[in-house]
Amino acid sequence: MAVSVNGKGQRVWALRNRRQQLLRWAAWFGGTAVFVYCWQFISDATTWFFVWDAPRIAGDILGRAMPPRWSYIDQLWLPLWDTLNIATLGTVIALIMAVPVAFMAARNTTPHKVLFRWPALLIIVSSRSINSLIWALLLVAIIGPGVLAGTIAIALRSIGFCAKLLYEAIEEIDPRQVEAITATGASRWQVMTYAIVPQIMPSFAGISVFRWDINIRESTVLGLVGAGGIGLQMQASLNILAWPQVALILIIIFIAVLISEWVSAKVRGAII
Amino acid sequence: MTLTAPSLQRQWKKPPFIANPWLRWGLILGGSLYLVLAIASIDVNWARVYEGLERGWKFILAFSQPDFFSRSRDIVEGMEESIIMTVTSTVAGVIISIPIGLGAARNIAPLPVYLICRAIIAISRALHEIIIAILMVAIFGFGPLAGFITLSFATIGFLSKLLAEDIESMDRVQAEAIRATGASWLQWINYGVQPQVMPRLIGLSIYRLDINFRESAILGLVGAGGIGATLNTAFDRYEFDTAAAILILIIGIVMALEYGSGFIRARVQ
Repeated sequence: MAVSVNGKGQRVWALRNRRQQLLRWAAWFGGTAVFVYCWQFISDATTWFFVWDAPRIAGDILGRAMPPRWSYIDQLWLPLWDTLNIATLGTVIALIMAVPVAFMAARNTTPHKVLFRWPALLIIVSSRSINSLIWALLLVAIIGPGVLAGTIAIALRSIGFCAKLLYEAIEEIDPRQVEAITATGASRWQVMTYAIVPQIMPSFAGISVFRWDINIRESTVLGLVGAGGIGLQMQASLNILAWPQVALILIIIFIAVLISEWVSAKVRGAII
Repeated sequence: MTLTAPSLQRQWKKPPFIANPWLRWGLILGGSLYLVLAIASIDVNWARVYEGLERGWKFILAFSQPDFFSRSRDIVEGMEESIIMTVTSTVAGVIISIPIGLGAARNIAPLPVYLICRAIIAISRALHEIIIAILMVAIFGFGPLAGFITLSFATIGFLSKLLAEDIESMDRVQAEAIRATGASWLQWINYGVQPQVMPRLIGLSIYRLDINFRESAILGLVGAGGIGATLNTAFDRYEFDTAAAILILIIGIVMALEYGSGFIRARVQ
């Protein structure tokens, strides 16, 4: 128990002893120093005149954007359909590829700890660290602009996410069920279908809907690099400074994301 | 139940995942119909894809000999900017998201405050970082400040939501005990609520640091600072060896961050 001594020489309760206090103080000091140094860098790289002017500019843009150009919505249905397709097909492709990766990465199902598990973990980490926009940028350079590039970009980004959550679910299964099925003399594949798959099915469904929800959000911006969807319309509107159209697109994206979040929450609620 | 002869001859079948047959077949039919329609509506220029395969192969080959040096100055500057934006925006985002998280917890905040805070969270979560970055670049001009504001705003939505959920599911007994001692509101938050949510808050902040770094890599595409601008230029000029070097650096830093954050989270919790 830490104590400190007050002016009259009495011992009083204190939360931390001297050493802990000093350590905390040093950590806070170091952290603040790093933050101030970093802020200095940003401050140097900023034209402060623009920042002081920002409220006026923001008001100006808002003034131009209101009211949104509602009639423009006729041209948005097709891009919205494309956006939905990019997200859904991307998720489906990702799930198909994530399943074998997850089984290779899970400690209890991997065929070999080094030969199969490590490559699987490498696939997961590379897919997770690279943003879908970067994948889209790369794929647009390779296979040309369009919905296909967007779909593959979403798929590549989602493999890591789905495989990671799935392999964690596989590692948490109840081993007794696997043993029971093995004891009946089942083959490796039969153990898989009758002992492992039924246990991970709920989390598999949950993961796929969860990722689908995230992918809707991501696919709305892929068009900015030419990979199809409603982002293309946004880029076009931004280029001609048609702020009322941008406002409408932002509202549509907001509604679409809210709907997808609602659907995903409902489905996950039904599973669990 | 009595076992009769016919039931003994029946073979056991695996129970289906979705019990209701109408829902099951409806989902299967609807899903296949949608897939057919969706795949049919994608028009692919196969000639262009075929041409691209060679470039794709070149890109994969580039990973075996990444070029860190010929553009090393651009890479170092971009990385420095990305890391600095990540650190500052995470700190600012965490500081701002604590009051908003408190406001968005229904068991602490009154209804009007709750609704305002939830609205801020909804907007921040619905709009992708890059959209916010475009608006911020339009308002604040090019440079890392726009990226900093974007990432801070995105951090607020993520962290406040999870913090609010954590506060809503906290143990009421401890908080009431503090209140019974006659503590003021601030003391109540500090001694009754804060100790319960602190470990998770630290864990989430570190996780967000990790996410912010990954996101900072794309903000450069719209001029909001960071490594993204360098990467974009490398792709545009088909300098796949430089692009591969940048991607390898990003993967390396993310792996290091993930390992470090796992270590800290294990110690805190």
